[in-house]
Amino acid sequence: MNGQFRILQALMLTAGFIFLYAPIVILAAMSFNASRLVSVWGGFSTRWYAALIENEQLMHSAWISLADATLSALFATILGLLAAVSLARFGAFPSRLLFFGAIHAPLVLPEVVMGLALLSCFVALGVGRGFTTLVIGHVTFTMCFTTVALLASLRECDPALEEAAMDLGATPFTAFLLVALPQIAPAMASAFLLAFTLALDDLVIASFATGPGATTLPMRIYSQVRLGVSPQINAMSTLLLGMVAVAMGAGALILRRGARRSRRVSVT
Amino acid sequence: MSLTTVSGSGSAPLLSIQRVSRRYGPVIALDDVSLDIARGEFFALLGPSGCGKTTLMRCVAGFETPDSGELLLDGEDLAGMPPYRRPVNMMFQSYALFPHLDVFENVAFGLRRQGLNKETIAGRVRALLQLTQLDSYGSRKINELSGGQRQRVALARALAPGPRLLLLDEPLGALDRKLREETQFHLKKIQRETGTSFMIVTHDQDEALALADRVAVMRAGRIEQVASPNDIYERPASRFVAGFVGDTNFIDGVVVFDSAPYLLTDFGRIALSTCCLPDGRRATLSVRPEDIHARHDGPGISGIVEEFVFRGDNTLLRVRVGNDVILRVATWDMRFSVGESVMLQFPLDTPALFAEEI
Ligand SMILES: Nc1ncnc2c1ncn2[C@@H]1O[C@H](COP(=O)(O)OP(=O)(O)O)[C@@H](O)[C@H]1O
Ligand SMILES: [Mg+2]
Repeated sequence: MNGQFRILQALMLTAGFIFLYAPIVILAAMSFNASRLVSVWGGFSTRWYAALIENEQLMHSAWISLADATLSALFATILGLLAAVSLARFGAFPSRLLFFGAIHAPLVLPEVVMGLALLSCFVALGVGRGFTTLVIGHVTFTMCFTTVALLASLRECDPALEEAAMDLGATPFTAFLLVALPQIAPAMASAFLLAFTLALDDLVIASFATGPGATTLPMRIYSQVRLGVSPQINAMSTLLLGMVAVAMGAGALILRRGARRSRRVSVT
Repeated sequence: MSLTTVSGSGSAPLLSIQRVSRRYGPVIALDDVSLDIARGEFFALLGPSGCGKTTLMRCVAGFETPDSGELLLDGEDLAGMPPYRRPVNMMFQSYALFPHLDVFENVAFGLRRQGLNKETIAGRVRALLQLTQLDSYGSRKINELSGGQRQRVALARALAPGPRLLLLDEPLGALDRKLREETQFHLKKIQRETGTSFMIVTHDQDEALALADRVAVMRAGRIEQVASPNDIYERPASRFVAGFVGDTNFIDGVVVFDSAPYLLTDFGRIALSTCCLPDGRRATLSVRPEDIHARHDGPGISGIVEEFVFRGDNTLLRVRVGNDVILRVATWDMRFSVGESVMLQFPLDTPALFAEEI
């Protein structure tokens, strides 16, 4: 009875994993396929990766995407920190609720609506679209995520620590820098990585916010796939996948380490 | 009695708290509090939890602003002075040690803010670690320390900048009973050696009486009495103080002046040495269990032993003297048994007589 149940459980789990990850595994496998045809396995090869490096268009897009993800994640983390500090530390200032809502709105706002809003805004202001507007768009999109993550970690950070620092002669700013910031550093790193991955694989907002000369990798892949799947795209996607996986894994690891440290402090 | 005059003896007080009030919405945390703390004094703020002790301390440290009233340190008004500029340090109830720094850096934190040079800081931190018996713990992280060690790091850190007044919020509250007594002696020794004025907050009466030169008893945001531990115990100023500090019997009755004043109770008369209440006034007398003498015969008020509890150095008797009046009597005489009748003698000196609270 119990054994049967176990087997059933294992089967269900396997089915679930296959459902979730089979497409990705197939994609990664195909990027190492020597044959051009998806349906035929022509042996293991890295030729598509070599061809990828030759493909200037694709490499340029990869470069744009990386630069955009890094920059926008950096800004989103800094702005998110400022927003989180004002929400967590400045008490009930007037319009706090409005600010709180405005910060969190993009979490539930449909991406298409947000992209359209950004586009209308840039057009209305007469801003030429390109790399800068792409970064601005992504900061707007990812800042709510970084704020939420940093707000949670700031709330866990005991305000008595900063008071103790002030008591010992630190100005409020120094106290924050020397005492609160080290406590939330892991959360900042993981917020950065979260924003980075969100910006890296975003297609919708990028399509609205960017202009000629700053085509991101997801946009390039999407437009090329419509003309037929090239194994080069498989290779690129696999690389992209690897990058996102590493970023997410690193974020989780950093957060866990931080949590373990603070738990040890509170228990013993 | 002599200790009570410390604050009034010529020299200006170190800290003068004048008519300070603070409310949080409907809660009055501090209600017109006035206190003077002398230089080099060990002062205890004693009261049940929620009576405003922490609030008063946070007002002195600068984390709360009083709604009204003044705080003067060495005659200088503290109003508008931020916490980081006050020459006062605080040891937090939760210790609030910095978890990302080691013991040395925790203690050095305040010294670094003063911009001292490296050697001075290292020397001073070493001296403080020695004083708090943490010599070999400088490079330990906070999460590697026991509760007692953390308490000492917090103390060393608060002493490091050389405050004129050290505020300690329930410094021993998180320690277990055995460690607490040892730490009390230690704390007192450190206070003597550094000559710093200590203002300690506690809800533990034994701790306040054991440590302090003077004790202020607080109740619901008000100061009930400020006096030496001895006077607090022997001459409580109110029924609340008598009940809060130590074990006592409350005896209700009516003041009667015959040739001499006495308290007329349900079960007999108790002579009053001094009485400033008018004839016929309902009043409550507080008598400590160890001040009542129980004998097998002789004069006094008779009662029946209902129960006795052996308490190590003495025995506590519960003696029924009236229909529903039971007195607690401490005795060193072990020869009493349940059901036996005893004669109770009351002390000649009865300083703790309170008019009935309306
Ligand atoms: N920040 C605050 N906001 C609202 N009420 C408070 C605040 N701080 C303290 N109080 C209230 O003031 C009273 C005194 O609190 P506190 O000074 O912490 O007492 P104690 O330290 O003697 O236990 C309590 O009733 C408490 O609920
Ligand atoms: Mg308290």
